[in-house]
Amino acid sequence: MCTCSLVLATDTQDYAKQRSALIDGITNDVRATAFYLGRERLDPRVLEALGQVPRHEFVPWLERQRAYRNQPLPIGHGQTISQPYIVAIMTDLLDPEPGHRVLEVGTGSGYQAAVLAELVKQVYSIEIIEPLARAAGKRLQALGYDSVTTRIGDGYYGWPEHAPFDGIVVTAAASHVPPPLLAQLKPGGRMVIPVGSPFLTQQLVLIKKNKDGALITRQLLPVRFVPLTGEQN
Amino acid sequence: MSGVLKADKTRMKQIPAEQQRPPLFAIALLSASALAYEVLLMRLFSIVQWHHFAYMVISLALLGYGASGTFLSLAQKWLLSRFSTAFCTNLGLFGITSVGCYLLAQQVPFNPETVLWDLREPLRLLFMYLLLAVPFFFAANAIGLVFIRFRMQIAPAYAADLLGAGLGSLCVIVLLLVALPLSALGTIGALGLSSLLVAVWQLHLARRALWNIVAISTALVLMLVVQQAELELSPYKSLSQTLRIDGTDIITEASSPLGLLTVVESATIPLRHAPGLSLMAQHEPPEQVAVFTDGAGMTVINDGKAAPAAYGYLDQLTWALPYHLFTPQQVLVLGAGGGTEVLQARQHGVPEVHAVELNPQLIELVRERYGDFSAQLYDQPGVHVHTVEARGFVASSEARYDLIQLPLLDSFATSSAGLYALNESYLYTVEALSTFLEQLTPNGYLTISRWINLPPRDTLKLFITAVTALEQAGISDPGSHLILIRGWQTSTLLIKNGVVTADDVEAVRQFATARAFDVGWFPGIRAEETNRYNLLNEAHFYNAARALLGPQRTQFLEQYKFNLTPASDDAPYFFQFFKWRTLLEILELRSRGGMPLLEWGYLVLVATLLQAVVASVVLILLPLIVLRRRTIKQRPTQQDAFRKRNILLYFTAIGLAFLFIEMAFIQRFILLLHHPLYATAVVLTGFLVFAGLGSAFARRLTQANQHSRGVWLAVLGIVSVSLLYLFTLGPLFEQLMAWPIWARIVATLVLIMPLAFSMGLPFPLALDRLGHDAPELIPWAWGVNGCASVISAVLATLLAIHFGFSTVILTALVFYLLAAISLPHVGMTKAEGLLTGNDGE
Repeated sequence: MCTCSLVLATDTQDYAKQRSALIDGITNDVRATAFYLGRERLDPRVLEALGQVPRHEFVPWLERQRAYRNQPLPIGHGQTISQPYIVAIMTDLLDPEPGHRVLEVGTGSGYQAAVLAELVKQVYSIEIIEPLARAAGKRLQALGYDSVTTRIGDGYYGWPEHAPFDGIVVTAAASHVPPPLLAQLKPGGRMVIPVGSPFLTQQLVLIKKNKDGALITRQLLPVRFVPLTGEQN
Repeated sequence: MSGVLKADKTRMKQIPAEQQRPPLFAIALLSASALAYEVLLMRLFSIVQWHHFAYMVISLALLGYGASGTFLSLAQKWLLSRFSTAFCTNLGLFGITSVGCYLLAQQVPFNPETVLWDLREPLRLLFMYLLLAVPFFFAANAIGLVFIRFRMQIAPAYAADLLGAGLGSLCVIVLLLVALPLSALGTIGALGLSSLLVAVWQLHLARRALWNIVAISTALVLMLVVQQAELELSPYKSLSQTLRIDGTDIITEASSPLGLLTVVESATIPLRHAPGLSLMAQHEPPEQVAVFTDGAGMTVINDGKAAPAAYGYLDQLTWALPYHLFTPQQVLVLGAGGGTEVLQARQHGVPEVHAVELNPQLIELVRERYGDFSAQLYDQPGVHVHTVEARGFVASSEARYDLIQLPLLDSFATSSAGLYALNESYLYTVEALSTFLEQLTPNGYLTISRWINLPPRDTLKLFITAVTALEQAGISDPGSHLILIRGWQTSTLLIKNGVVTADDVEAVRQFATARAFDVGWFPGIRAEETNRYNLLNEAHFYNAARALLGPQRTQFLEQYKFNLTPASDDAPYFFQFFKWRTLLEILELRSRGGMPLLEWGYLVLVATLLQAVVASVVLILLPLIVLRRRTIKQRPTQQDAFRKRNILLYFTAIGLAFLFIEMAFIQRFILLLHHPLYATAVVLTGFLVFAGLGSAFARRLTQANQHSRGVWLAVLGIVSVSLLYLFTLGPLFEQLMAWPIWARIVATLVLIMPLAFSMGLPFPLALDRLGHDAPELIPWAWGVNGCASVISAVLATLLAIHFGFSTVILTALVFYLLAAISLPHVGMTKAEGLLTGNDGE
């Protein structure tokens, strides 16, 4: 019993250390992929947010050892929790402001929602796979992310009751960008969609809605490789 | 390779009179089962993974056979002393492992994309490879035992083996027409066990009743297990992903050699399949039913009775462009699937639509089960459905079309991950595009759509393929015949049978602007017009198009990170983008995001090759080297080494050459037989049966002591026929492509016959030589040949991807010539070689 709590205590410290190592790794990666991203560094608030969120709580128990590696991990039901580097970039692309309201389609583990919750006023997240949705909802509650509202359902139509949104993240796979979601994006707002297979995000698509409502897409090719050994350096 | 002549001088035990005859029926049944299993494995892989892995399956089967050869040569005394039991046990084990090993192997969660960070992945691949080789090991043991035991009556046993193999290979086609793939597997296992029953009966075994009970009960258990089992599709296949959504269910399945069709309906969440839909689209697609082929390649059947607004999406796709350039009167859709493009054509008021779809079961689904749902799409007046493959249809059709559509294939995820790098596609070759272009009316369009992968590859390769096809048709300014547009997801290339006019260009501009699509190329395009809505770092597509159409083409292709050399019928690997030169750069760029430049499917091929080398050396050669050393008589090492070197050269050469030709033929004949399964089954049959006949004929030559001459004649035959085929097969295929399937199968067998017959000679002839001169080295020869075959199956595919089939075949011919030259020295010691000068005959 005594050893157990000792282990738990050191665990938390460990995780914190791993988290900060992860942030360093991401910072390096961003610099290294600056050419593809079109930027040298990310908003420090985004990195801070990533430094706060206990990613290990969002992965299956068996994967906890690898929770802070810069790689995607399976979370069951054929879904994955995205590579932290990708999450960082996507969050940064949304240009989150403290007063923003953001919609997420595809809660998954809830990790992205948690990261967003550190940065914006309100996060709304929809997940279509029921067991995942329930687990993520519970998890976010337990971790104290009260500004995240989740629901089970079809994200295609967005969440009209809370529209419009300053930012929309669509992590659920779809063959196209749902027109209703585009409609729920505020002028000046941004939508981010990672495109590719679960284990290798190929592109990030950023859709910006201008003040006049016109839509422009930008495709970014960050695709950080996945390290062979999982080391951050 | 079967047909060994075991010249070991061990004394055989006294055999009771009843056991003098080899159990022919048992052999035939076993052989049939083993081959059927081999071909079925490819079908199963296609469904469970993303490729049929013909090269891997053939390689692992040969590994099983090779390992068996080594095993038999080491343990034959022990096995022969209890022949009947050993034989029957191996039969039983084959039956059990054929089902068991597969069910176990499909539990292995192999996912190629994690290969780079999860070192367990290559191990998983190796595990699957070895596991699936096990049934072949047992089958080869049984057959090998019979050959050793009944040396004097080897001919009928051999014939039974080959006939069984040939039939089994073909019968799997029939089996797949009537049974789902797993049921087919169970049937094969049961068949294997029935061969046990026959063996028990033919060999007059003691305790017959016990054997029978074991055999029958095991067969029943296998069938039961198979009933309960399910195909474990990779969780990353689109079918698996789609089924995750609540309310989606598999409604029905239909199986044929062409593919396993899975129909999925979604009760709560609509499917909404509209790839590349414009951001300006207002409406979602109507209700849809999804049909997957082998768990991927999703096509949808649209609700034919939805509100008109629901069909608006069909005009918001990049491939709706041609309908805004003119009003086509006849449209040909090559690969109609569920009929989306047919529907699109109807929505745009096209009177005559011809839908070509290879899979009759898919057509039947749209017509029968979903006839009402689709509003009888395929039976509407003016819609004509053709159940034939695209190239075959075009080869036989005299008609011309205003518009020919090649719809978007596969899914974005697998496409971008390079999982299709190994997939042959005879639709995207230069010859294919040329043929399609010839079917256009004047000023008609050929439309091809692809996913947009970044850095661009598909679209650009398609572009240069089109340019090449146009140039070959004698058009000096191909750029004036091309239009390229793109959304952020898809691109569509239009190739016109005529010059693109200013009106056309204006229409393209309007179409694209209204839908926030970008223009990539049309004659007279200006740089400012490109890269406006879907921003890339640079106007990749426009820049590339310009380079490919200009004098810098060669330089551009040379420097580009991906392989953009157009695919041809000789090397139909459109999706193979990998350049080895780039690998070094990728590794360097690792920390800067170089991974999207990798083709995972191709890397799996390379990994399999390495595994094949290791596995074959360890399992086939090493035991021979290590253990034979104990039993071999003391000989001067130098002579031994000389002999061994020549054996190595000869048997490696023919081992490589045989499989090179066989694999090249399998791939080549996919064009004629329209599907990898048919091609593999028929070509395997042809080679096995006719090479076997050749081997049987070899006996006559050995009896007349005509070894060297025999080999030279054989090699001459192989070289001349191969060279003939290299030039004539292309035009011949064009003539044959329109024939009915049975006629094409017969034609394939006829074409293979002279070649395979000759190829069956070199091995037994040399082995017989060895039998006279140095019989103790026979296992070594056998092992070396087996090893070479295992590697060769994979290597051939690798070489074909890079250099084309012709090169693979030419290389094989060189190997055969090398072998013919080295035959006289096989078996001779150095001293003997020097004494006699050259020819040992």
